[in-house]
Amino acid sequence: MAIEKFQEWYENRHEYQMDWKKRTGNKIVGYFCTYVPEEIFYAFDVLPVRILGSHQMQDVTEPHLFGMFCPFCRDVLAQGLKGKYDYLDGIMIAQSCIQLRQAYTSWEINKNPGWSHYLPMPNHVQSPRALPFLLGEYEILIKKLEDLTGKKITDSDLQRGIEIMNNARRVMKDIYEFRKQDSPPITGVECMYMACAQFFTDAREWLPVAEEVKKELQTRKLDRDPGKRLLLVGSENDEIEFIKMVETLGERESVGATVVVEEHCTTTRYFWDEVEQPSSDPLTAIAERYIARVPCPAKDWPERTRLKQISKLAKDFNVDGAIVIQQKFCDPHETDIPFVRKHLEDNEIPTYFLEFDVTTPAGPFAIRVEAFLETLEAEADLF
Amino acid sequence: MSTYPTEPLKCWNKAKELRENFYADYAAAKERGGLRWMGSAWAFDAVPRGLGKDVYTITGEPYAASCAFNRPVSAEFLKASENYGFARDLCSYMRNYWGSILVNKYAFGGEYPKPDFAWTQHICCSHGKWYQNACELEGGDVPLYVVDVGAGAYPPFEPIYEHRVKYVADQLLDGIEWLEKVTGRTFDDELFLEAAWNDIRSTNKWAEICMLNRTVPAPLDEKSIYALYVFGTLEKSSGAFADFYDELYDEVKDRVDRGIAAVGNEKLRWMSDTQPPWGFLNTYRYIELWGAVSIGSIYTYGLTGMWLYDDKTRDLRPRPLPDKKPGTREEACTMLADWHLSKPEYQHFYSPRYKIDMMDAIARNWKVDGIILHYNRGCEGLSIGIAETRLGLIEKGHKVMTYEGNMGDEREFDESATLNRIEIFLETMGLQKPVMGHEETLRQ
Repeated sequence: MAIEKFQEWYENRHEYQMDWKKRTGNKIVGYFCTYVPEEIFYAFDVLPVRILGSHQMQDVTEPHLFGMFCPFCRDVLAQGLKGKYDYLDGIMIAQSCIQLRQAYTSWEINKNPGWSHYLPMPNHVQSPRALPFLLGEYEILIKKLEDLTGKKITDSDLQRGIEIMNNARRVMKDIYEFRKQDSPPITGVECMYMACAQFFTDAREWLPVAEEVKKELQTRKLDRDPGKRLLLVGSENDEIEFIKMVETLGERESVGATVVVEEHCTTTRYFWDEVEQPSSDPLTAIAERYIARVPCPAKDWPERTRLKQISKLAKDFNVDGAIVIQQKFCDPHETDIPFVRKHLEDNEIPTYFLEFDVTTPAGPFAIRVEAFLETLEAEADLF
Repeated sequence: MSTYPTEPLKCWNKAKELRENFYADYAAAKERGGLRWMGSAWAFDAVPRGLGKDVYTITGEPYAASCAFNRPVSAEFLKASENYGFARDLCSYMRNYWGSILVNKYAFGGEYPKPDFAWTQHICCSHGKWYQNACELEGGDVPLYVVDVGAGAYPPFEPIYEHRVKYVADQLLDGIEWLEKVTGRTFDDELFLEAAWNDIRSTNKWAEICMLNRTVPAPLDEKSIYALYVFGTLEKSSGAFADFYDELYDEVKDRVDRGIAAVGNEKLRWMSDTQPPWGFLNTYRYIELWGAVSIGSIYTYGLTGMWLYDDKTRDLRPRPLPDKKPGTREEACTMLADWHLSKPEYQHFYSPRYKIDMMDAIARNWKVDGIILHYNRGCEGLSIGIAETRLGLIEKGHKVMTYEGNMGDEREFDESATLNRIEIFLETMGLQKPVMGHEETLRQ
């Protein structure tokens, strides 16, 4: 099955990236947040790879990052300090939360690969002033990438970058369409592997495998009861162990579930919005996409626009309930959570809240999720 | 035991009165037919002044610090925020502030005075969310405007880029139209231009006042500085506050000329970095008993004061006043944007290196012997990069100690353990524990 390839890429991301570098002779830049415009990197033939954590306990970040900052940023920094990414040619962040920014600045201080860039992605994305500002910042980024690669790019290079990213986004959205089925032919775990594999691979190599999966899903039937349909909402999440636990509960208990959609920056917030085409000014088109995309809550003001997207996903994917996932100490999401929960409940979507740290306490969480699913069963029984 | 002469500040009572009036004016604004607004201490408060002379503000950070100073009130507010569903690890200023709205209690008496609009800025990733949620908690009918200042670092840390200043200035210009729309008032450019200049002169003057603390003995100690720097966080564009800083400068200069010390037994000078645990300011007085005076911090100097870092001399100097006052709305917005983007407390959001350089400059030029860093669980924004800051300052040869606490949530501050750490630190720097009855009083 083609779909197994994504798990292989997820688990062997470093091997893939080192091999890619050897095969192509091109450079790789690690990035920390999905506001980095990957299109521009592809235009320069530089591979942008997102740095995620390993979900393993570590003791290397304590001198560098105050323990009150989120476990994700500490886990990310640990990857750098432990030398897992020594093959990178550069690192970059686009301004989002201050937690992750520290992982970047600490990495830059302690493991600087020789090229680094901080992009002050505007926070006021609802302002018309964000676009000219971001274009000014993209010009600075382009000059720095010229320094890194020794190349100059044209509009057609940018157009190529847009097509590479748009093609991947489009197929990923097509895959999500299959999850709307009563009995989805793809599990939440498989989808998470697939979505995250985008961060670790060349989109041009990810795409044919994804298209193959799309073909296979047209006839695929899974030998499992999907159980309750769940939406996951919240912070950065590639909690494979958690989703696996949720989706195998039905094998052990009287209630089961399938994660049918998520609102995370590892999945839908990352790929949902395309760059509008055709465009005579590709750089502007790219900037418009990053300004208009479903925002991180850190940028979602004065209007809280994310709520509409959350309830739309819940409705379109016909969910029975939502689990609001919070990375401990994730301030942007913590400031939204009471309102997200209220919004979901006002829309008659039962909601459960869980707080995550670096590792997943699968046992205790299994009991809690099972209890939540039982309440959904009870509601179904009542009516 | 005193080495230097000391005397109270003559303007102390005036400072208290100004501060009390500020909070009373906000509460009583409606009785005068005026307007109220809420927003960050870092907001461009000069702009709403263009709406009239009867417009009053409450700035969230100093208000929340006042709540935290009153521990029973703070406990009530924090509990209300947590019961609403906000995480306990969020900014403790925000939680105190939201709690004050939820409980409907003003820390200075009476019900919480509902604002007419919210006008704020965004540098820390909680700033915009703070007032978005406050507006929601007020019933959803308080309009919000946020100016994003996350436009990158200022020279010498990064080059100056015109589009960065323009981004902020243009948001201010848009904000003026927004203010007219939500209040129904006509914006008075003359009032705005005057307020903009007050902002610039008050933040310049505060930096000049802090320069006087280079003197040995220090004319001001940081516990007193907390009561004085606050005007720059209450409303830096207020003419009364700007005038007060002129008066304060003259008095502190006079203290320097006459050798008047803040702490008569000054033997050692230390500096802090960020907000203290506001409910435990007596810690500063205890440290003074040892003969150690805190001369200030990047926080008290660089939040209210405007400075430029010189990377050649590795020194901080007050940013000079612009050559001329702004003459138009557009000039004032550009001037304010450029002025505030150079704020030292903005720079460290982009890299701990910048904070290390600025703190190193203070440590060397203000003749500091040791640095005490507050690992402040209550403020993610000003604790950003603090662990790298510690490493960087040690690398530059400074003596650094840390303690963990929370500026606005007393449950996260262990007073006894912190005092033990401080005592050990002071002993390692050659001071001896004072034999005084007063000490036992403090530690009870």
